Amino acid sequence: MRVIDPHMHLVSRTTDDYLALAYGGIHTVAEPAFWPGFDRASAASFHDYFHQLTVTEPARAARFKIRHYCWIGMNAKEAEHLELAREVIAMLPQYLDRPNALGIGEVGLNKNSRNEIAIFEEQVELAARRNELLLIHTPHLEDKLKGTRIIMDILKNEPRVTPERVLIDHAEEHTIGEIKDNGFWYGLTLYPDSKGSPARAIDAVEIFGPDRICINSSADWSVSDPIATLKCANEMRRRGHPEALAERVFFENPRDFLGQSPKFVLP
Amino acid sequence: MTGKSCSLTSQEILDTYFLENRARLLEIASFLDRLDRAADAGEVRGEYRRRAFEKALALLLEPGGERTKAIQLLFSDPSSEPIESALGLKATGAWGGENAGN
Ligand SMILES: [Zn+2]
Repeated sequence: MRVIDPHMHLVSRTTDDYLALAYGGIHTVAEPAFWPGFDRASAASFHDYFHQLTVTEPARAARFKIRHYCWIGMNAKEAEHLELAREVIAMLPQYLDRPNALGIGEVGLNKNSRNEIAIFEEQVELAARRNELLLIHTPHLEDKLKGTRIIMDILKNEPRVTPERVLIDHAEEHTIGEIKDNGFWYGLTLYPDSKGSPARAIDAVEIFGPDRICINSSADWSVSDPIATLKCANEMRRRGHPEALAERVFFENPRDFLGQSPKFVLP
Repeated sequence: MTGKSCSLTSQEILDTYFLENRARLLEIASFLDRLDRAADAGEVRGEYRRRAFEKALALLLEPGGERTKAIQLLFSDPSSEPIESALGLKATGAWGGENAGN
């Protein structure tokens, strides 16, 4: 089976994980820029990180014939450091110009604070100006519903950003309906402790249909599973769904969303 | 139930998912027992996460096929105003109310 995992943090994974992706048929991945588990001290750290996303990881992936794309952005977790965050936003265009960078992401909100909103709005403005795709991080747990609504209000206020060029990630049962009704793509994350399970993700496909849904592992430095998409596809088979539906959700949908960037090419 | 039906029959769903969910139910029961066995059990009964958890358990018995969404909403911050600063705050999984600092 062909699988695209549209959200993985491979800088945090081992080379053995790349091997597992290749064995499992996950031949294309997209890596959003995010928070490393600690707050960075200076803009130089971000330069190094964006270099890693645009040069080092694609080369590491290529060893296993995996195509590595990325998203470049200033994450919400570090937005309280306003001065540094703005310094980082100023450096984004040079990395967005790199050949594997598909758009601005993952940007959004984490605790729904005023500074997070300011930094998000500045990046929506940058996306509008450059006509970039947007990958949105929504807050975790009890903050998700409120944050998702604030994010959608900001996006709807920017007429140059069209909903079909935005994917709102880490959606769950209480946010999917509103995201879909507003015309955005949405992502479901398979994260063992705090987000969705394969069974709940396939419930969502059954309840909301296969349109505009992308399912990802978000595999990163925390408890997570780089082959979660394969396990989720298997959950679909376990329920007797046709192979064509698995192909649609795990390959065609991410291809269609990411393919809106001319840089995204499949062989 | 607002959405589409599951592809499996009730019998198939029970055959496929009963055992794993029976195990989850026992995990929840033992989690609550563990709270009761804690040395300070009497003092934490009203803690906001425990209260939310107990309300969620009641929602499990509601009919209609929208339990998951109802529990998600129960745990969610219902406000719409941004907070002043996120510094030092992290998500705990349940909304603690206006004065809970999250
Ligand atoms: Zn992520």
